[in-house]
Amino acid sequence: MITVVLLGKLADLGGAPALTLAAPLDWAGLRAALPASLVEALDDPRNRVAVNGALLADRSALQAGDGDEIALLPPVSGG
Amino acid sequence: MMRDIRLLNQKFIPGTLIGPFTQANPGLGGVCTFVGEVRCDDDVEALELTHYEPLTLPGMHLLADRAFARFDLMGLLMVHRVGRMRPGEPIVCVSAAARHRRDAIDTVDFCMDHLKSAAWFWKREKRAGAWHWIEPREQDHADLARWQAPVGDT
Repeated sequence: MITVVLLGKLADLGGAPALTLAAPLDWAGLRAALPASLVEALDDPRNRVAVNGALLADRSALQAGDGDEIALLPPVSGG
Repeated sequence: MMRDIRLLNQKFIPGTLIGPFTQANPGLGGVCTFVGEVRCDDDVEALELTHYEPLTLPGMHLLADRAFARFDLMGLLMVHRVGRMRPGEPIVCVSAAARHRRDAIDTVDFCMDHLKSAAWFWKREKRAGAWHWIEPREQDHADLARWQAPVGDT
């Protein structure tokens, strides 16, 4: 299984702070497996994507296998 | 070299950190400290900061590395809250010790601008019983850009 962690307002869009999807997943597979409410956010370049804590420079190259964690990170607002 | 970088999930009292930090940097010429608190705006009942474990603390350590590389520093304290806070509670504390005041002051300014708009935190406020996500502000990005001008360009 693959865990998809949804940060910030993406957790509201996805209806939960994390989702569990079947492995393996590439970019097309992730887009197909996520709820429609999140697919638009997935394509927004302001939202970053990380796999196992490493940010992806090219999200279309995403490859995730069993036990991996994908994080969807919207623009930050801290401090 | 005193270096103390932390994420805290419970209320903290900045004075209990700043005193020992200052003591741990004997021979300093100056220490500069900034404490950010949850503003007491009329309708804000609570504030929540979310972080992402694999990125947030490592990102704060990278920021500290950059501060040590950029300024002539003796010590750096960088503490950030996560979780739920009420108005008046501290969110962030950055303290820098240096031989000269400019390095201490600029380090705190540099770290705060980066924590505000380039660190992995997401903030939401509770107003009238409902949570609202806070969007990044243009001013935060302008503040960050001040540090990105090539050296000698100003």
